[in-house]
This record gives sequence, structure tokens and C-alpha cells, in this order.
Amino acid sequence: MNLRTLLDKLLGSADWGIHPDDHKRPGADAPVRVMPAPSRLYLPLSQHSGAPARPIVLVGQKVKKGECLAEAQGMVSAPVHAPTSGTVLAVADVTAPHPSGLAMPAIMLEPDGLDEWIELKGCDDPFALSPAEINKKVAAAGVVGMGGGTFPSAVKLTGANRAGIHTVIINGGECEPYLSCDDVLMRTQAAGIVAGVRLIVHASGAKRALIGIEDNKPEAIAAMQAAAAGYDTVRVCPVPARFPMGFDKQMVKTLTGIEVPADGRSFDAGVLVNNVGTALAVWQAVAEGRPLVSRLVTLGGACVNAPGNIDVPLGALAEDVLAFAGGLKGDGLGLARRVIGGPMMGAQVQHWRVPVMKGVSGILALDAKEARLEDASDCIRCGSCVEACPMGLLPSDMAANIRKEALGEAVELGLKDCIACGCCAYVCPSSIPLVQHFTYAKNELAARDRATLRMEATKKLAQAREARLAREAQEKAEAAARRKAERAAAAAKTAAAAEASKQGEPT
Amino acid sequence: MLAAVLSLTVLGAVLGVVLGVANRFLQVEGNPVVDEVLEMMPGSNCGQCGFPGCAGAAAAVVDGSAPATLCPPGGKALASALAAKLGLSLDLSGMDDSGPKLAAVAEELCIGCCRCAKVCPTDAIVGAARQIHNVLREACTGCESCVPVCPTEALLMKPMPVTLQHWVMPRPAAVA
Repeated sequence: MNLRTLLDKLLGSADWGIHPDDHKRPGADAPVRVMPAPSRLYLPLSQHSGAPARPIVLVGQKVKKGECLAEAQGMVSAPVHAPTSGTVLAVADVTAPHPSGLAMPAIMLEPDGLDEWIELKGCDDPFALSPAEINKKVAAAGVVGMGGGTFPSAVKLTGANRAGIHTVIINGGECEPYLSCDDVLMRTQAAGIVAGVRLIVHASGAKRALIGIEDNKPEAIAAMQAAAAGYDTVRVCPVPARFPMGFDKQMVKTLTGIEVPADGRSFDAGVLVNNVGTALAVWQAVAEGRPLVSRLVTLGGACVNAPGNIDVPLGALAEDVLAFAGGLKGDGLGLARRVIGGPMMGAQVQHWRVPVMKGVSGILALDAKEARLEDASDCIRCGSCVEACPMGLLPSDMAANIRKEALGEAVELGLKDCIACGCCAYVCPSSIPLVQHFTYAKNELAARDRATLRMEATKKLAQAREARLAREAQEKAEAAARRKAERAAAAAKTAAAAEASKQGEPT
Repeated sequence: MLAAVLSLTVLGAVLGVVLGVANRFLQVEGNPVVDEVLEMMPGSNCGQCGFPGCAGAAAAVVDGSAPATLCPPGGKALASALAAKLGLSLDLSGMDDSGPKLAAVAEELCIGCCRCAKVCPTDAIVGAARQIHNVLREACTGCESCVPVCPTEALLMKPMPVTLQHWVMPRPAAVA
């Protein structure tokens, strides 16, 4: 437990979370570099939660920047647009930025270097539009939650409008160490973000918006306060820096005092939570008609030469981003861990040939000290994890149950409420990989649920087949009986006819 | 002659009534737990467990002559459900960890004889005579009934492909 966590406890200001070293500077203070399109772009069809997008371009087709490559299909989905002009090479597999290292289908684009936009249809007065029209534009631009949740924003706005929310919370917490893309966005694009926030308030039917920013970003707070001055619906609220402040339930609790129920969503508490990057993307989508084709990505970790924020076209490989932004120290000597996203909740990947997607906020090259590569030892029952858990769970007991495959007991202890924030594993003096245990258990339970559903479905098929076989046997028997009866009737008829002719003969 | 016929008729009628009454009042019901367990089984009667159909397997699990892990198509999910239901201690480590398998038709070998389609308990194989058959992945239980009947050995069991949505993070190694 470090000093600030101890202070929190003594003052009673919060009884959850941790204070990791934030490692945000000097990356946060470096100027934003804009990356041109690399030689190939890989645009996954599932950059969002929900159904994957459906490709609508042909191989060999020339597309312009901002042209729709794949359209949304199903209720929860988002389209994918071309981040630059060029030629569609293939629809092929690319490694997903995911710890499994499995592949996902992606559209491969070869840029032509012209970076030629399609004609964008903007809107002079977005606030005159109805919420339904705004949603349509947001959906068409492929905007998704930029904080990493990647839930399609238009679906969220429609849901919020229907649920009748009262407050929009804009999440500028960015509590993950190293990451500073939201910080930089707020410093440089405050006016656009505030306009987007007001548009979200308008579209969702809320009354006010609270922008929560951790107090370790004074420049961002100042810039946002200046931009929000004069709009009484929008208020900038500095919140104490503490991980995981940027998780929506914690942010809602801190800003409004409302606790979102364990099995509920923010809507149930009358609140809609959006990331600052999402607010800006919404504004650009509606006011400029600009689809989501690039995003700010933080490059960080002790192994990179020049940490900072880079405006990356979606679909660029992490490898290309590193090559553009100065590469790794000593060509990657000493690199211990490759992380996509933040160090606490991001995905560890095995190589850099993974594409930047809409929800990728960081590319981190950590050395052995930062990755804290230590072997796990036995649990000493110190209870540090229990004190750190922001959801009030018992990580040590849940992990003990999972180790002996008692997943049901782990669920009773609240496994489903675990947000996999990593606080427990961070504070564990025995370096037990607690989050891996929980992820394993959640995945395994999901797999068992799928197996059960599958078995129910195949059981129905087996029963239907048995019924069909019985019916067919019965029909066969009936048909045989009918034929027999017909034959008998025909025989009787011929016999009667023969009888009649015999009787007629003598006359 | 008449006396013999009458006496035997009366004897038969009386014994019949006795049997009927006994059937009604002295009937031994089947173990209801077996029926409940049968309800949990896949119901495809594939016979991979070595018992005659799911009913036989259910009876064997209930009387303890077979472990809860007996059903390959049911997998770990069924094994843990059975263990919870019957209060058995469960050792999942002995279970085949290669994951569920599905049948697949090797198209260059299939002659379209329809024999596999006829034995499939879930109608998961489609195809007409002299046409290449195909397995519907969603309906296949991996029971392997089709494998021995194929005259050209065109049916193979392949592991179910792992996708991003189906991936399970490996369990961290136990502390040394």
C-alpha cells in the first residue's frame, strides 16, 4: 500500500482502488504526430462490440478516404470506412490485438498516397437536428465508444433516449498509467469535445452533462473549463486520480453519488457515460459528416525511443506505428511485454503485426521492470486484494475456488461483477495472476453455457428425428394396409365380375 | 372334458385378476433420479459411453457404475452438472481436453451413398444420392456414429475450430 492509498483510508475519502505510478509524462507533453498511411492497412470487420460489419466493396475496387467499406449488419453493429484513398487488395485474416493471438477477418487496403477524401456532407446547425437524425449520422459515421468499450454510439444514444436519462457523464478520467491520448485530445480539441458533449445532451434528451477529469491532468482541466464556459448545461468536474476511476460505475458513483446496481447498466441509474474521444467523434460525424477513420494512440513504455501521442489511421499495424514514431530502443533488446491498450486492462500480444482498431488507445513496449515479471508464490492471506478491489469482492477466495475448479462458488462470491481491472493482481505481494484466474473462469463458464445451449438444440434435433422415423414407419404401415385393402377390393371386384359373367352365360 | 375346460378358465381368470391387482398396488417405480439424469443427457443415443443409449448411461451414472465424465458429447459442462446433481466428487482432469470434435466430409472421397445421413442421430448430414454430402456444424454432436458406416472412410473427426468469441484463456499454472 503506498502513501496515497493510506491517506485515502485515513481520510475515509475512498475505500477502493490503487495509485499506480502514472508514467504519463513526458509522453503527454510531446506534440501530437500525424502518421501518414503506411504501405498496407488492415481494417478488421469487428472493431466494435456486436455483429461484424459486412464488406460491400470488391477486390480491386478503388476507394476514396472516408468511403464505406463494410456496412453495419444487425441491431448492434457499426460500419467501417476507408482511412485513406487506395485499392482494396483482399478480405483476409489478420492477427487480432487479443491475448489469444487468433486471427480475425479484415479488409486489406493498399493506399495510393493521394489521401483523397470523398465529398463530406456536413451540417451548419447540428443542434437544429432531431435526435433521430443525429443518431442516423452517428451510426453512418461508424462512431463507437473510444475508451475501449467500442459499443456503437448510435445504439447507446437511442437506448439512452428511450430510457429517459437525466445526466450525461463524459469520461475524461483516463486512469490507466502511460495512456495520455484523452488528455492530449482535451488539451488540443476542447472546443470540439464540448460541442460534441452538448450534442450528446441534445440527442439523448438529458438535462446536463458532467465531464469528469482526473486531477493529474491540470492542463486538460483548464482547457476544458475554458471551452465549457458559457454553457450552463456542461460542467467540468475534477475528480481525484485513482485507478480505476475511468471505469463507468466508479465515475458515475464519484460524480453523482448514484451506485449502478451490480446487474444493471448506467441507463438504469438515469445516466449515459461516454468517453471524451467519443464526444469529439460524434461532433465530427454530425457537424462535418466525417466518418471515424483515425484516432489518437499513445505510444509508451520504457522500450520506446520517443513516447507520445500519434494520430494513427485505423488499420495501421502497430509495427508500422512504431517504425513511424522512432522505433524501439536498441531494436527491441530488453523488451519484456507488448501491450495493446493500457498496462492494467490492455491485451498482451505476441508480436507487433496487429492492427490499430477503433478501441485501441495505446501501444506499450514494457521492459522487465515495468512488466513486473515475477513468479507467483503462495497466497499469504494478507487481504491486500480485498482492500484494493473497487467492486468490493474477495479476489483471494474467488481465485482459490477457481484453482480447484469450483466455478459455481466463485460465481456466488461475485465473479460476474469482476471488471478485470487488475487492482488485486497489482497489489498482490505474492504476484499471483489473479485476473488471469478470473478471465479463465469467465471464459470457461461462457463456454459451458454455450455447450449447454448447443446440447439443448441438438437434443431437439434428435427427438425430432425419432418422431420423424416413427411417423414414417407408421405411414408406411398405413400405406401397406391401404394397398392390401385395395388389392382385396380389386380381387373381390374381379371375382364378382367373373361371377356375374358366369351367371349371365347360360341366358 | 367340460370340467377341465371350466376349471382352467376359472383358474386363468382368477390369476389374471390377481396379477392385475398386484400390478396396480405392488408396482415398483423406476428410479425418478434416472429420469431426471436422462433429461440432462444429449439424447442422441450415440453409444460412445459404451452403454446402450442415453437411458442406459443415465442408469449407470445413478447407480455409480460409471463416472460423471462418461459422456464425450456432453463435455465438461454435462460432467459438472451431473456431479452437482448426484453429489459426486468430480475429477475433470481425466476428461479429454482436446475439446469437442465435429465430423467433416472429405469431399474427394465421398461417393454420395447416403449411409452416414441415415445413421446421424441429429440429422446433421445433408446430401442426396450420388451428391457430395456435408456436415452441418451447428447440428453435429461429435458422436462418431457416421464414421464406421462410411464405405470410403470419407468421414473424419476434426476439432471444433477456436474463434476469438470461443477462446478460453488458459488457466494459470498452479503455484509451485
